[in-house]
Amino acid sequence: MEQEIALSAREQAELPLLGRLHEWVVTVDHKRLGLMYIGGGLLFFVVAGLQAVMMRLQLAVPDNHLVPPQVFNRFLTMHGTAMVFLVGMPILTGYFNYLVPLMVGARDLAFPRLNSFGFWLWFFGALLLYFSYIGGDGLYGAGSAPDVGWFAYAPLTERAFSRGNSTDYWILSIFLTSVGSTATAVNIITTAFCMRCRGMTLGKMPVVVWLAVVVAFMMLLALPPLSAAQVMLLLDRFAGAHFFDTQAGGSALLWQHFFWIFGHPEVYILVIPVFGFASEIIPVFSRKVIFGYQVMVAASIAIAFISMGVWAHHMFAVGMTPAGNAFFATSTMLVAVPTGIKIFNWIGTIWGGKIRLRVPMLFSLAFLFQFMIAGLTGIMLAVAPFDWQLTDTYFVVAHFHYVLIGAIVFMIFAASYYWFPKATGRMLNERLGQVHFWLFLIGFHLTFDPLHFAGIHGMPRRIYTYQPGRGLEGLNLIASIGAVIQALAVLVFVINVVYSLAWGEEAGPDPWDAWTLEWSTASPPPEYNFAVEPEVYSRRPLWDLKHPDDPDWLYE
Amino acid sequence: MATAAVSPIVPPVHAQWNLPRRGRAGILALILTETAFFSIFVAAYVFYIGKSLSPPYPRDVLSPPIVNTICLLSSSITIVLAVRALRAGHTRVFGLWWLVTFMLGLEFLAGTAAEWYGLIYHDHLTISTNLFGTTFYSLVGLHAMHVTIGLIMILVVMLLTAGGHLSRRYAEHTEMLSWYWHFVDAVWVVVFTTVYVIGR
Repeated sequence: MEQEIALSAREQAELPLLGRLHEWVVTVDHKRLGLMYIGGGLLFFVVAGLQAVMMRLQLAVPDNHLVPPQVFNRFLTMHGTAMVFLVGMPILTGYFNYLVPLMVGARDLAFPRLNSFGFWLWFFGALLLYFSYIGGDGLYGAGSAPDVGWFAYAPLTERAFSRGNSTDYWILSIFLTSVGSTATAVNIITTAFCMRCRGMTLGKMPVVVWLAVVVAFMMLLALPPLSAAQVMLLLDRFAGAHFFDTQAGGSALLWQHFFWIFGHPEVYILVIPVFGFASEIIPVFSRKVIFGYQVMVAASIAIAFISMGVWAHHMFAVGMTPAGNAFFATSTMLVAVPTGIKIFNWIGTIWGGKIRLRVPMLFSLAFLFQFMIAGLTGIMLAVAPFDWQLTDTYFVVAHFHYVLIGAIVFMIFAASYYWFPKATGRMLNERLGQVHFWLFLIGFHLTFDPLHFAGIHGMPRRIYTYQPGRGLEGLNLIASIGAVIQALAVLVFVINVVYSLAWGEEAGPDPWDAWTLEWSTASPPPEYNFAVEPEVYSRRPLWDLKHPDDPDWLYE
Repeated sequence: MATAAVSPIVPPVHAQWNLPRRGRAGILALILTETAFFSIFVAAYVFYIGKSLSPPYPRDVLSPPIVNTICLLSSSITIVLAVRALRAGHTRVFGLWWLVTFMLGLEFLAGTAAEWYGLIYHDHLTISTNLFGTTFYSLVGLHAMHVTIGLIMILVVMLLTAGGHLSRRYAEHTEMLSWYWHFVDAVWVVVFTTVYVIGR
C-alpha cells in the first residue's frame, strides 16, 4: 500500500508543468491549500505594502504632490482592507490549515472539500477587491478603487455619496472572503474536536491548536455581523432600503456599531494566532516546557470573551452616554489582565532557559517587547477623555500598527522561519534572515515610534498632505525613511525564500529538535501526513520519543 | 523514580478513544455562525421599531401568520419522526414523514408569499417605502431564504428516497439536515416574537 502511494507521488512529480498546476487547482489537501493561502496572502502583502510605501513617500515632506488626494484616499482604503482581509486573515488561516491536522495527528482537515471551497471563495473575493481598479467605474465614470476608508462609515457609502461601483466591489469582496474564512473556522473546530489522534485529550493539544479553536469560535461569532451589515448596505445601495440612510430615518451610528462588533474581535482574530506561534517557538528556542499551559489557554479564552464586549471604544468620539463610555473603557482595560498573564508566562518560559538566538527566536523577542508597548498605548486610548483628544490622529495609527506589524507581522515572520523547513524540506538562510530581522526592526521603529508623537502633536490620520512649520516635518521624514527600510527588509525576505527554495540547506524531519507531532513526519510531509496514525501520552510527544527514560507524561 | 533506571518506562494504555462525530460538530458550528448572522438582523429590526417616518406602520398592516407558524413548527416534529423511522430501517415510513415535512415547509413559503403579495399590492409596502419595510422584508426574507435552502435539501433527499437510494446508513446524514431544519424553526420563533408580537 505504502509503496503504491510512493509510486503515485513520483508519478506526480513527473507530470508536465500544466499538469502540476492542475494538481494545485483541484487539490483538497490541507497542506497545499494552506500554502496557497499563505502564498496568496504574501502576494497581497507586497501589493498593499507598496501602497503604504507610496503613501509614506507622499507624506515625507509637507505640501508634496507625488500622490494626488483622490489616489491617496484609494490607497489608504485598499491598504487597510487588503492588509486585514487579504493578508492577515489568509496567512493565519493558511498556517492553521497547514498545522492543525499535523499537530493533532490527523491526515487532513475534517471537511477537505469545504476547505477547498473556502479557499477559492477567498481567492476570487480577493481578486474582486483589486479588480475594482479596472471595473470600479461602473456606468458612471466615477472613481476606480474604493475610497471610503477600511471601516467605510455610513452614510458616505450610500448611493448618493459613493457613486459608481467601487464601493460595491469593496462590499462583495469582503463578504466573499468572510464566508471563506467561516468555512475554515468550521473545519478547524471540527478537526480539533473530532480528529485528534489516540491519547491526545483536549488538555494535551498543542497551544497553537487550542488558540486555533479559540480564533475559529471568534470567527464564527464576529464575522457574521460584518457580513450582515454588508448585506444591509447592498440592500441600501441596490434595493432602495434605508438601513443607513439618515434622510429616511436610518442611523449612521448603527453601521459603526455593527462594524466594530466585528472590527474589534477581528483584531484578536489576527493577534491570538500569533500568540499561538509564540507559545510554540519560544519554548523550543528556550529548551523549556511552556510556562503555565493551562493558564495560557484560559487567558486566551478570557481575551476572546472580553474582546466581544469592547467594540464601542472605537466610538468614544461619537458622543455616547457617560455610562456607555465608562462600560467600554473598563471592559477595554480588563483585556490587559489576561494579556499581561500571557506576557509573564512567555517571560517565565524564557527565564532560565538555554536560549538559542536563531531567527525565529529573534522575531519572537521583538514581538514580546513591541506587543507590550502596543498594549500600553492601547490602555492609554481606553481612557475616554484621552481618546477624545487623540482619536483619528497618527497616535491611533501608530498604536494599531504596533499591534499589526510589531506583534502580528513579526510573529508571522518568526513562524515562516520556523515552519518553512517543514513545508519545503529546506532551511531558510540564517544570514539573510538576520539581515531581514535587523532591517525590519530598525525600519519598523523608525516609522512608527515618531508617528506616536506626530499624533500627539495633532496630525490627523487619512490626510494626503500637511503644511510646513507645525513640527511635523522631521517626524514624518523619519517615518518615511523607515517605511523604505521595511520594504527593503521584505525584499530580503523574498530573496531568501527564492534562494532557499533552490539552494537552501536540507532540513530533515526535525531541524529545531522540537516536540510537537508535525516534526515526527518527513519534510515536506507526504500527502497522507502520517504512515501510521500516531498515539501520544503527553503534550510533547516527540520529547517522549527522544527521552524514553524520562517522558513527560510522568509529570503532567 | 528509582525503578525507572532498572526497567523501561511503559506508557499507559489508552482503554478507549471516542471522539464526537464530524457531522455533528460541523453542523453545530454552522448553526452558531448563522445565529450570529440572524441576531444582527433582529437587532436592526428592534432598533428601528417605531422609527419609520411615513406609513404604513406595522400595527396597520401586519397580522400574525398563525397557520404558517403552526405548519412550520409541526414540521420539526414530522422530521424527527422521519429520522426515527429511518434509524429503525422503515424506509417507507421515512419517505412518508419526509414528504409531510416538505409539504408543511412549502405551505409556510406559500403563506409568506401570500402575505407579501398583500403587503406589496394592497398596502403598498416595499423595502424602500420606510424603515419598517426595510427591516421587515430583510429579516423575514432572510428567514424565508433559509426555509427555501432547507426545502431544496429536503427535496434532494426526497428524490433520493424515491430512487431507492436511501437506507439506514444515511440516518445520521438526514439527522444533520433535521438539525438545520430545527434551527430554521427556532429562528422563526424569534422572528415571530420580534416582528408580530413586540414590533406591532
